[in-house]
Amino acid sequence: MSEELLNLTLHVWRQDGPNDPGRFETHQANGISTHMSFLEMLDVVNEDLIEKGKSPIAFDHDCREGICGSCGMVINGVAHGPQKLTTCCQLHMRQFKSGDEIWLEPWRASGFPVVKDLIVDRSALDRIIQAGGYISIRTGSASEANEMPIAKAIADHAMDAAECIGCGACVAACPNASASLFTAAKISHLSLLPQGQAERQDRARKMVAQMDAEGFGGCTNHGECEAACPKGVSLQWIARMNRELVRAVVSSDSGV
Amino acid sequence: MQLRSNEPTGPIEHRWDKHKESSKLVAPANRRNYSIIVVGSGLAGGAAAASLGEMGYNVKCFCYQDSPRRAHSIAAQGGINAAKNYQNDGDSIFRLFYDTVKGGDFRSRESNVYRLAQLSVSIIDQAVAQGVPFAREYGGLLANRSFGGAQVSRTFYARGQTGQQLLLGAYQALSRQIEEGTVEMMPRTEMLDLIVHDGRARGIVTRCMTTGKVSPHIADMVVLCTGGYGNVFYLSTNAKGCNCMAAWRAHRHGAAFANPCFTQIHPTCIPQSGSYQSKLTLMSESLRNDGRVWVPRNKEDVTKRPEDIPEKDRYYYLEERYPAFGNLVPRDVASRNALYVTNEGLGVGLEVDGERRGVYLDFGDAINRLGEQTIRERYGNLFEMYERIAGESPYETPMRIYPATHYTMGGLWVDYNLQTTIPGLFSGGEANFSDHGANRLGASALMQGLADGYFVLPFTIGNYLGEVRTLPALAEDHPNVTKAVGAVEERIHRLMNAPEPKHAPEYFHRKLGRIIWTKCGMSRNKEGLEEALREIPKLREQFWREVKVMGSGSELNQTLERAGRVADFFELGELMCIDALEREESCGGHFREEHEENGEALRDDEGFTYVSAWEWTGNPGDPRLHKEPLTFEYVKPSKRSYK
Repeated sequence: MSEELLNLTLHVWRQDGPNDPGRFETHQANGISTHMSFLEMLDVVNEDLIEKGKSPIAFDHDCREGICGSCGMVINGVAHGPQKLTTCCQLHMRQFKSGDEIWLEPWRASGFPVVKDLIVDRSALDRIIQAGGYISIRTGSASEANEMPIAKAIADHAMDAAECIGCGACVAACPNASASLFTAAKISHLSLLPQGQAERQDRARKMVAQMDAEGFGGCTNHGECEAACPKGVSLQWIARMNRELVRAVVSSDSGV
Repeated sequence: MQLRSNEPTGPIEHRWDKHKESSKLVAPANRRNYSIIVVGSGLAGGAAAASLGEMGYNVKCFCYQDSPRRAHSIAAQGGINAAKNYQNDGDSIFRLFYDTVKGGDFRSRESNVYRLAQLSVSIIDQAVAQGVPFAREYGGLLANRSFGGAQVSRTFYARGQTGQQLLLGAYQALSRQIEEGTVEMMPRTEMLDLIVHDGRARGIVTRCMTTGKVSPHIADMVVLCTGGYGNVFYLSTNAKGCNCMAAWRAHRHGAAFANPCFTQIHPTCIPQSGSYQSKLTLMSESLRNDGRVWVPRNKEDVTKRPEDIPEKDRYYYLEERYPAFGNLVPRDVASRNALYVTNEGLGVGLEVDGERRGVYLDFGDAINRLGEQTIRERYGNLFEMYERIAGESPYETPMRIYPATHYTMGGLWVDYNLQTTIPGLFSGGEANFSDHGANRLGASALMQGLADGYFVLPFTIGNYLGEVRTLPALAEDHPNVTKAVGAVEERIHRLMNAPEPKHAPEYFHRKLGRIIWTKCGMSRNKEGLEEALREIPKLREQFWREVKVMGSGSELNQTLERAGRVADFFELGELMCIDALEREESCGGHFREEHEENGEALRDDEGFTYVSAWEWTGNPGDPRLHKEPLTFEYVKPSKRSYK
């Protein structure tokens, strides 16, 4: 519980808009409590900037408890920063030492154009889901929930894949800027479940095609995505996605 | 203003069916001719937009986040109730209805609550069909747990991420409709005003949060599923962006706001660690099953390490004051007592603004009794989360907890159809006041959001459109539209150009939150509320004079976004205090110190069995009260006692 105060130097990527050139700007953050979260540290810096009449640093954030997936920035070269399995909103300043220099950058990927400063446009991930990341079931047409038992191991496995929060850290961490882990997690979640069988092949084909169309790179098994993922989503899903895709491609169009 | 609940009559179990049978429908081929605006993409808004899209309506859905998947429903941990009775422990629709009415301390509408309990069953079916990976038993059937002191196991859950999984289910259904073209999704777009034409809600004015462009959107009707107003306290468990603007703008156009003083405080959150704190994090209430709550008996001990305080000097205040329930007393009782002991100067942990607001939640005994392994299995992920935030291991030293605002039961007044007092304006989820009365039961927020979104709104909206049939066209250059757009632009201009700009919006928000939290929080009295009502208008005036927003309105400007939200919290906060002052009783989350008996809440059924619906009069300090009387035919009001 002991509190320490840190003096830090921040080098922050500032960019006015998608078509403007970016630059690093240096700010001092002094008297930062080790109990602060990383984003609270930025709040303090921003409030100070506003009082001084300067433009505050734009960054995405919302729930600040690691589940909404809004926040995301590259901190000293690492997506979400130095603490494993932790989004940057849950990262606390006790992970840093006084005198540290901290470099802050947005997610960098051609699929994620910069909107402003540390904010990027991640709508490509939404479009991958729109391409087929669902089970088509009209409201009101579901049958009794316990009619179809699902083995606990399968349900748990599907839940492991479903943990993805869509923050995009996997893309930012990948040398190829691939969205494979994100896409694979959803394909796996739904293809593991009996409810997801009817659209299984179509889904894999469409989602992978959309991922490619968005300009994300391919997977070459670096494993950086899994290492950066704040939810520990496993690389194994990418292998599963590849199997699903092969299965979909070699079967006929109707999927039978 | 007239409050007509429009609830059907007759036996309660047939009311919803009866209502549906007598309602108007819109033929499938006609639906695409109707345009519907849905604001918010959480469980209520996302589910409503998806379902309306599936039916063939022409839907536009708006959210302030960069993706509909990020709405704050996602943060719900515990679970969702449903009267499936899978555990064969005597649960039923009636029992869930009964528990919800009683839990709401007899301040909700019976017909609405019964419908909620009925629909709970279909929600689980729908979510499972969508692929929501609920916890299962080894036999493959759905698992349940007992939650929040319920005497049956009716809560369905997906690890500690039930809200996330249910929201992703709704988001995926919504994504399918976006792909099919029935729903147009407008993320990073904030509603700044409502367009009312001929007495009906006909559209909204929005600001694109990336370009700053202000535009009107015209439709045949508007649905607000914009969440609660817990951030009026500044510190709450809500997401930072959660705000009351959409609901408040509607209120200013004539939508009554109901029971604003009914707010829920959750007893087990991680205490504030400094004045810079931006939000509070909730820890699951299940921790109280094994943790013992205490503070030092002597003020001198509050700065000591808890390990150094001998057993005889520890004050297990819940166990001593409530021997029957001990650490498991309901949320409001646990919260209030934490306030009282810290008021006495017995609070522990970090000093913030001269106060120590924390109590211990100690697992020492449980670890000795059950072993660390068992505790790790039960609470491992929670302990890990605590350690990440607080920097201490609960295996080694007691956790520190303190109550925080978690949910707001009050909201836009709606009738049985979830229609507000403005025709054509509907509201679902936490944004309306409808189902939880003065207090919400655990695992019921997800249930209500989805019931409203999947099953109530799609139907009652059809009824509304079937009744109005055709609405006159409204052009974007109609004076009612240009006036609304002009008003929004004017307001942005005012926020950007305060006469003596000094402080960021947070500066004012923190001050406002402090007033509301201390005077209209866990424990309220006349004197404090009147004081708040003197302080808030002064602070609001200072805000409009000194708020400082850098940059321009025609770009991404997060400070401007926050300033607009804080401005509305000022007015809502004032209404909360007015409502709390008017309600001379203690019920649910509303505890008036003048109305208690041996420390227990004293409800006044004769005087206050009504919904307080407030009408905007143009002066935030002088709203007009309308009362919707409540009748209880099925659940007889009884007194809560935990002694």
